[in-house]
Amino acid sequence: MIDAYLRSFEAFSRNGGAAAPEWARALRLSAITRFETLGFPTTRNEDWHFTSVAPIADAALTPLTSPSGRVEAAQLAPFLFSDDWHQLVFVNGRFDAALSRTDALPDGVRVLPLAQAYDELPILVEQHLGRIASFDAHSFTALNTAFLHDGAVIHVTADVEVAKPIHLVFVSDAAAVNGAMHPRNLIVLDRFAKATVLETYCTTARGAGAYLTNAVTEASIGDGATLTHLKLQRESAQAYHVGTFDARQGRDSHLVSFSFATGAALSRTNIYTELRGEGCGATLNGLYLGDAEQTIDHQTRIEHVEPNCYSRELYKGILDGASHGVFNGKVYVHPEAQKTDGKQTNNTLLLSEKAQIDTKPQLEIFADDVKCTHGATVGRLDETSLFYMKSRGIDARTARELLTYAFAADVLETIELAEVRDGLEAATLRRYAGRA
Amino acid sequence: MSSSIESLVNREYQYGFVTDVDTDTIPPGLNEDVIRLISSKKDEPQWLLDWRLKGYRRWLTMKEPHWPNVSYTPIDYQAQSYYSAPKSVTPLQSLDEVDPELLRTYEKLGIPLNEQKFLSGVAVDAIFDSVSVGTTMKAELMEHGIIFCSLGEAVKEHPELVQKYLGSVVPHSDNFFAALNAAAFSDGSFVYIPKGVRCPMELSTYFRINAEGTGQFERTLIIADEGSYVSYLEGCTAPKRSTSQLHAAVVELVALKDATIKYSTVQNWYAGDKEGKGGIYNFVTKRGKCAGANSKISWTQVETGSAITWKYPSVILQGDNSTGEFYSVAVVNNRQQADTGTKMIHIGRNTRSNIVSKGISAGGGQNSYRGLVKVMPKAEGARNYTQCDSMLVGNECGAHTFPYIEVGNNSAQVEHEASTSKIGEDQIFYLKQRGLSAEQAVSMIVSGFCKEVFKELPMEFALEAQQLLGITLEGSVG
Repeated sequence: MIDAYLRSFEAFSRNGGAAAPEWARALRLSAITRFETLGFPTTRNEDWHFTSVAPIADAALTPLTSPSGRVEAAQLAPFLFSDDWHQLVFVNGRFDAALSRTDALPDGVRVLPLAQAYDELPILVEQHLGRIASFDAHSFTALNTAFLHDGAVIHVTADVEVAKPIHLVFVSDAAAVNGAMHPRNLIVLDRFAKATVLETYCTTARGAGAYLTNAVTEASIGDGATLTHLKLQRESAQAYHVGTFDARQGRDSHLVSFSFATGAALSRTNIYTELRGEGCGATLNGLYLGDAEQTIDHQTRIEHVEPNCYSRELYKGILDGASHGVFNGKVYVHPEAQKTDGKQTNNTLLLSEKAQIDTKPQLEIFADDVKCTHGATVGRLDETSLFYMKSRGIDARTARELLTYAFAADVLETIELAEVRDGLEAATLRRYAGRA
Repeated sequence: MSSSIESLVNREYQYGFVTDVDTDTIPPGLNEDVIRLISSKKDEPQWLLDWRLKGYRRWLTMKEPHWPNVSYTPIDYQAQSYYSAPKSVTPLQSLDEVDPELLRTYEKLGIPLNEQKFLSGVAVDAIFDSVSVGTTMKAELMEHGIIFCSLGEAVKEHPELVQKYLGSVVPHSDNFFAALNAAAFSDGSFVYIPKGVRCPMELSTYFRINAEGTGQFERTLIIADEGSYVSYLEGCTAPKRSTSQLHAAVVELVALKDATIKYSTVQNWYAGDKEGKGGIYNFVTKRGKCAGANSKISWTQVETGSAITWKYPSVILQGDNSTGEFYSVAVVNNRQQADTGTKMIHIGRNTRSNIVSKGISAGGGQNSYRGLVKVMPKAEGARNYTQCDSMLVGNECGAHTFPYIEVGNNSAQVEHEASTSKIGEDQIFYLKQRGLSAEQAVSMIVSGFCKEVFKELPMEFALEAQQLLGITLEGSVG
């Protein structure tokens, strides 16, 4: 199967990929060489111990390098939270100017597709792209880098605050079936800049067939800057999704990340951040909702490199049917990172007998003056809470629904962006309580 | 670091002496002939030799595992001797006939084997390099039908029990070190508690490595028949040497219906010097099987020694309503590395497990907790609670936590909690202003930190463990 990818790469380098600058072509070449060596990860690889990517490796998926498909604005509406946010839309992995909206951007803020950024922000892109998300040990990042072609570039200059959120929408339609998309995004926040970025992965063709989204987003968060990043994975039920978000944080910067994962037959979300300056903060929250035969895998890594930083992590999951959840969270504290304050929690609710969870919260601590905790729980709804509610005259079914919803709402309410919070809360309530 | 504390930290390893006895040591190296030789020296039946060879052939096909979070210079398995015994030991001798030099050694270690002096209420099996020197209290135990002897003796006297249970919990093919042990195992202890008997005293084995250039590969087998109870303790020490020695033991516990086994370890192998030279590589496979309903296996370990510790005392919870427990204190100082934890495999219904792990890292020590809680789909109503806390003393050490939680049944309730923090300055300050010295304060905080584990140890050993901990650690803070 690897050979097929090598052949696709050859074809891509001659055609669609030829327009990229010299350094980008060199980067792609080293990435495909690395991918050739790494191959697809197996469950013998500790990072993929609980999730087999054999379905992806065995599927014959062609990289979608030319524009394809057709999506109407109305089809996109259910996935948008507001109609006046800045917005870039990618259909089957390629930029769609007609659906995008970037006219109201304040001064000092650029939001543009990669091809355009090569021309207009050449130095910025060359300085950051491929420098944060390492593909040395990550097959999928190597594959993404090899087929690096399209995606969004966001640059916020110093001291600028982008009031309205920037929404990146990656939508696929029936033309994406048996194809692979490798969107690549870059977010650069200069000193004291502030922005909220959403990434939505969705489809207008539910049930049409399998496709792969293999996205990578790199974020450079400057000194004192704040990035709020929300990733909403709502792919079709047959899809495969691998999404990596990798951030580097400067001094006194903040990252607030939320990952919402509910779609795809097999999905893996990697959220990584490196706290490279003093006084940083990172908050990584997430919610995964599984059903049927879905596999939903999350891996997070918070690297405390410098002293006096804090990190907070809360991931919750609700698994129904025969779904399989995986959570693998690592907090790594370097020897210099004294006074680190880290807290990590993973709670999973198993609604059915066949649902299954593998959770592995990890602490690796090389400094002595730190305070780090982690906790994980797995179970079904608490019998005493159910009993209490029944004793107050609430019927068993309603009590179950309320408790399930409350379990999810607990983490959803940490989302500061009201439209997204309310939207996801309503969707969760509909899903588990059958009413809005 | 204050000077009194420094002196405490630098205190010598007091068990580091060497006993000068004539030994019968076979040349270094391992091959089928060596295994046949070991087997013939121990006068073993054919089935056991066959089992050893099966283990050896399997071992040849296996690779040394490198996933633990430890690093060490590669072990040359052909450079060490696999059998060493004091010449003066003859099989099945009574304690009166034991070489006085060996008796003095055990006395020096605080384990008197003389019938007049032994600790009241404790029976001891003393293992010196590859053989058992003697077992105390055998006659008293026999009155209750309890068999407590060396494994070598059990093979001769009770072959049916050994053959039935040997390798039933840790098969010869289990892992690299277990296969090596199956091939080359020397002596170990054997315990059988008959139906309905509550063992009237603590059973204990004291392991001593003495000879140079050898490894110790003991194998312990404990069987608690229906409705019985036994509490067992092992202790271990080794001389100070600048070369590392391998200790690859296997412990198998079998608890039948309604039986309880309580297994406690105070591990104090030589840890190497301050630069990490020498010391024991402690690569041990310990596993218990709660085979019957309502059975219980409880592991308590205090790990203070060894250059490298790699061990995961585990419980297979097969019987319905069975219980597994794991209480651990692991201390690393200087260049010590420990990768330890437990595995709880829930198979039966309403099985429960409880894990309390306390790690203390000082100096340049690296301490990892690695644990697995696995709930199989049929394990209705399984319940686990895990707590692992780490304390950091000094700024070159590390503490790591790698818990694996795999739940395949939604009626299971699994909780895991872990914390890592520095020893509290404010706590030390508080105790100092109450008139305690810095070292007393640290000692008090550490023993408070470990209390939950120490209270699981048999009385006599809780005290010893606490003192050991003090020696390994107290001085690391100032």
